[in-house]
Amino acid sequence: MRFGVVIFPGTWSDCDFHFVIGEVLHQPVKYVWHRDTDLSEYDCVILPGGFSYGDYLRAGAIAGRSPVVEALGDFLAGGGFVLGSCNGFQILCEAKLLPGALLRNECLQYRCQSTFLFVENAETPFTRGLRPGQVLKMPISHGEGKYYGDAETLRILRGRNQIVFRYCTEAGEITKEANPNGSVENIAGIMNEEGTVLGLMPHPERAAESALGGTDGLLLFHSLIGSLIEDGSFLKR
Amino acid sequence: MRARVFVRLKRGILDPQGTAVKRALEGLGYQEVRELRVGKVLELELEAAEPVQARGRLEEMCRRLLANPVTEDFQVEIVDEGRRPNLP
Repeated sequence: MRFGVVIFPGTWSDCDFHFVIGEVLHQPVKYVWHRDTDLSEYDCVILPGGFSYGDYLRAGAIAGRSPVVEALGDFLAGGGFVLGSCNGFQILCEAKLLPGALLRNECLQYRCQSTFLFVENAETPFTRGLRPGQVLKMPISHGEGKYYGDAETLRILRGRNQIVFRYCTEAGEITKEANPNGSVENIAGIMNEEGTVLGLMPHPERAAESALGGTDGLLLFHSLIGSLIEDGSFLKR
Repeated sequence: MRARVFVRLKRGILDPQGTAVKRALEGLGYQEVRELRVGKVLELELEAAEPVQARGRLEEMCRRLLANPVTEDFQVEIVDEGRRPNLP
């Protein structure tokens, strides 16, 4: 499966993703510059974390209107997958590829810590190797990760099973204490209606080697790679 | 023509930054502050023939980039129409 890792001015997790995909998962991977618009050689485009355009105006606002993000519509229509982590999730919301928005953490602190994630939906291309209710451990590192959607948006997300991950305790309880940033309903990650775009605040690329504290992040990639080969869409493209 | 755009968090959306600033004011002895919310002001200088036209373009800029319609409200104000004074 061919991956493209997008670099905006101010992106910081690009090398981590590139290393994990290329060296740990042995999949073909290339960097994509934010002005590139031809994504035809990729099966999955990654929007990594960081501070694209210095977080000017709002986190992800300027990147959300950049040439590479504008090209994602056609890329998705052609059968591609998009994964946005941290700033990448903020960019996907700003670009309206995912509903809702990410606001300043309720605690006002930048939070850099491990979190536990409750797998709400294990039927997505990114989670189909997982069990519903499985608990994953992944780090977060952000100051603006409080997911917000109005009542109608939340009703739609719940109804269509678009909530993929919620912050939980190690035992899998979804509590206020387990919520690091004040996200509504402990939401840590959501997908679009088609299941082809996943946005999450945690960093799967930083949970990909046991030497660094855990490998749960790899499960998302294994699910994605497996699913593509399984349903044949990788061969079709 | 000069214009100002005010971007504010929507009513009902918690503003923890505003709460922290309010607390700091209380620390300085300003107990009278009941509520404080932090917003943004953007100052623009633009070329436009008519204020009506400029306002329309500015509102479009707000909807497309300057404000996030999910969380923010905006208000456009034309500060100076930039017309030359009529010569005698």
